[in-house]
Amino acid sequence: MPQLNIADFPPQLIWLAITFVVLYFLMAKVAVPGISDVLENRQNRITSDLEEAKRLSEEAEKARADYEEALAEARSQAHGIVSELKAQVAKEQETSKAELDAALAKKTKAAETSIREAKETALSHVREIAADTAKSAVAKLVALDISDKDVDAAVAASMKGEA
Amino acid sequence: MASDHSPLAQFEIKRLVPMEIGGLDVSFTNSSLFMVIAIAAITLFLTWSMRSRSLVPGRMQSMAELSYEFIANMIKDNVGSEGRKYFPFIFSIFMFVLFCNLLGMIPYSFTVTSHIIVTFALAALVFLVVTIVAIVRHGFKFLGFFIPSGVPAILLVLLVPIEIISYFVRPVSLSVRLFANMLAGHTLMKVFGGFVIALGIFLGWLPLAFIVALTGLEFLVAFLQAYVFAILSCLYLNDALHLHH
Repeated sequence: MPQLNIADFPPQLIWLAITFVVLYFLMAKVAVPGISDVLENRQNRITSDLEEAKRLSEEAEKARADYEEALAEARSQAHGIVSELKAQVAKEQETSKAELDAALAKKTKAAETSIREAKETALSHVREIAADTAKSAVAKLVALDISDKDVDAAVAASMKGEA
Repeated sequence: MASDHSPLAQFEIKRLVPMEIGGLDVSFTNSSLFMVIAIAAITLFLTWSMRSRSLVPGRMQSMAELSYEFIANMIKDNVGSEGRKYFPFIFSIFMFVLFCNLLGMIPYSFTVTSHIIVTFALAALVFLVVTIVAIVRHGFKFLGFFIPSGVPAILLVLLVPIEIISYFVRPVSLSVRLFANMLAGHTLMKVFGGFVIALGIFLGWLPLAFIVALTGLEFLVAFLQAYVFAILSCLYLNDALHLHH
């Protein structure tokens, strides 16, 4: 078995020592720092990117909150304007209603006055007409000329009796 | 000629450049050649693939980063944050064993880790480093590592020698495990390769199919043994740093 040939041990051990020491220094000084640098850079980059993403998301969140606040403000403002307008309209309506009522009342009063006047005039005319009618009827019936004064008195008496 | 086709012929050390310093044989052998190829391949793999240092890694860069993170996580899980200092050491051990195992899978190549002296030297290096770390860190308290806690005094007479033996057996078990796996796998492939020739064109395809399957298994073993070697080194290091069972 070649593995047990002791004469072959020294060259193997010496070359193992040489190559392993060289390998160790190559790894410790060149390869490992190179790889760990790259990995560290990547980790740093990922961390900074994540931080940037977090910052941006916070910014977006803030913008959304601002927008919502503005929206709520606009909404309440609009609400105020609407209720103000409603109140104004109601007030105007009330005023115009009151004016209309007053005008109507005035017109009613005027109409009532004129009606009463017309009634009075009509009533006074009724008497005249009745007297005239009575006079002409009497004249036609008895060919008697009766004075207006007498007729009036008779009409008045008859109306009083009727009433 | 017979020895050339022996299943063990692949493990023979051939002196490519015979050298001698002060009576010591330091010849550049086929084993040395593959050690040099391994460290060159590791360094090339880890630096060439990382040359673009890109933020989003390509295929090769991913593999280099993966091997780095594989060992980094192994140390983090088994040793803790104190193990970071020993990362280059564990990483070098893992990459060296892995590349030697994988290079041995190339036909006509030489498997450095199929020699007990090489695996034993690596295991002894791990053992020495771990023991020195433990002594530097804990001083005499390190001896308490061999005394199990909560055990009656009488049993200690029995248990302390067992603990001491099990501690000193570590490099042996660590090296034999790797060596035996490599030796067995490569020998088996060679034996079945001989069967292919011996059985000829009619029955030779049976051992050939077996070799194909075995090759897949051997790639797994090559990786697994490097992993086992590295993780046991991590566990020993953890014992040295924290001194608890």
